[in-house]
Amino acid sequence: MIRLEGISKRFGDQVIIPPTDLTVNEGEFLTLLGPSGCGKTTLLRMIAGLETPSSGKIFLADKEVTDLPPYRRDVNMVFQHYALFPHMTVEENIRFGLKMKKVDLQEQDKRVEQVLAMTRLQDLRHRYPKQMSGGQQQRVAIARALVNNPKVVLLDEPLGALDYQLRKNLQLELADLQYDLGITFVYVTHDREEALTMSDRIIVMNKGLIEQDGRPGEIYHRPGNEFVAKFIGETNFFDLGDGLTTLLRPEKLNLCPEEGDDGAHPAPHFFGTITDVVFYGTIDKVFVDLDGSKQEVVAYQYFDDARKWRMDERVGIWWYPQDEVKLSK
Amino acid sequence: MKNGKFLIAPLLLWLGIFFAIPLLIVVVVSFAGRTPYGQVIFNWTLENYVRFFEPLYLSIFADTLWVAVLTTVFTIILGYPLAYYIAQLPKKWQQPGLILVMIPFWINFLIRSFAWVIILRSQGVLNTLLIKLGFITAPLQLLYNDTAVMVGMVYSLLPFMVLPIYVSLEQLDRRLLEAAYDLGATPFTAFRKITLPLTLSGISEGTILVFISSLGMFIVPEIMGGAKAALVGNLIQNQFLSARNWPFGSALSIVLAILSLVLITIYYKALAAGKGGGKDA
Repeated sequence: MIRLEGISKRFGDQVIIPPTDLTVNEGEFLTLLGPSGCGKTTLLRMIAGLETPSSGKIFLADKEVTDLPPYRRDVNMVFQHYALFPHMTVEENIRFGLKMKKVDLQEQDKRVEQVLAMTRLQDLRHRYPKQMSGGQQQRVAIARALVNNPKVVLLDEPLGALDYQLRKNLQLELADLQYDLGITFVYVTHDREEALTMSDRIIVMNKGLIEQDGRPGEIYHRPGNEFVAKFIGETNFFDLGDGLTTLLRPEKLNLCPEEGDDGAHPAPHFFGTITDVVFYGTIDKVFVDLDGSKQEVVAYQYFDDARKWRMDERVGIWWYPQDEVKLSK
Repeated sequence: MKNGKFLIAPLLLWLGIFFAIPLLIVVVVSFAGRTPYGQVIFNWTLENYVRFFEPLYLSIFADTLWVAVLTTVFTIILGYPLAYYIAQLPKKWQQPGLILVMIPFWINFLIRSFAWVIILRSQGVLNTLLIKLGFITAPLQLLYNDTAVMVGMVYSLLPFMVLPIYVSLEQLDRRLLEAAYDLGATPFTAFRKITLPLTLSGISEGTILVFISSLGMFIVPEIMGGAKAALVGNLIQNQFLSARNWPFGSALSIVLAILSLVLITIYYKALAAGKGGGKDA
């Protein structure tokens, strides 16, 4: 649906994005994930036509659009702070795109009603943006993009300004909406949880470079390098003396008592002393100082009254070999 | 809270001394008569207000209103593009741009008006230039007519239009324009549908400032309009300084003030009606 060929962006001498290739498939929910300043928003804005690439070509549905201005591209953007028109009502905001494209009036009415229903905004149609909550404004922004039946919807941290609980709800709503409509979504965020929950595919970016491209499960369980491993969640790194770095997620680490263990599992790789046990609801985070090194590792243990780990307890750390991720140093 | 009302006392005192008392004096004098030598005598008469309705004075008021309307329109036409240009400059150039707009204020208004006389008069800069370049053979009559007054008015009041419009443009969120482009609006349409409506507040503030100032303007018509162009400002000035008829001058001032108030009220009402429910915009 979208194809970027050797797209790059420089501001003066500063290279924001070195030449990059990227393909977005039809109907896909693709997330560009990375820390702020990694170039993800710039990439999105180049697809929208709001930023001109320094080199390379952009194809949209096999048609080159590199030099087309934003108003001639069949994509619509949901902006970070919504960018709703303050002097227009909800309905006028949503209708704006259809008016610009001179869609005939009956069709306009029909489509506006459709998206109002889809985003449950019927009762708010005559409100002005300032008279609505953040979550409601967010839904208007999405409706304003969807009403145009674009080939691609570009979303720039659309949930960034909302509080945690609302964000959780809207994440699921948005993912459902995308699934039902089958429209291609390109979603920019720095929130790894958001990326993991919603996406079909994640592109992890850092300093303008694509670090990894894969399904959420791959990115999480098989990170391609240290950056991705650290960015996508807590990770323990071990040196097992094989010339590689061995990487294990905290929930893959298991603890056993140093003395009187039943031995019904692989032998512990390391022994150590518990320095802290932090209660997190569904899990306890257990911090362990490894013997003979200054390294501290973290293991997630499901809360279990029968086997409650305590500070200063001596423990062995073991895991199943298939959970290891090997990275070259 | 019972002492709260005393907190407003300094404000009332200030307003009283500088605003209410002078206004009251003008009101009182406007109902007075005068001796043949210009002495004010308080004989409580409506004569001054009746005199205002003579055709001569009515037509001066009509001319003044017309000039004020034209001045406002021209300052919008010239001021908006200038404000727009300054607002889209890189941040570090905006301040110098605004200072350039304001520099003329540092020079005495009279001197600036005479500078225009030097530019526009028969042997002035502009005529000389046009003759030397061969565009014309005889000097054009550029000064002492209505056009010259208009040039002077627009020139002197332009900053009052540029500054409020600049402020409203500067506050405009650029992302709204990006959103408009993204939704298919060409730059021109985006300007019409987004920029212009959202900077209307700047235009209306500028309009009030320019319109009111031009209603009372007397220096420009005096210097650049010659004898022909008399506006209300000149009329009032004459009553106080040459004709020595303070009561009539006061009455004219009061009429002008009331007229301004009425027009501003109508203007704001119309503006609010035009905006519809967009009160939060």
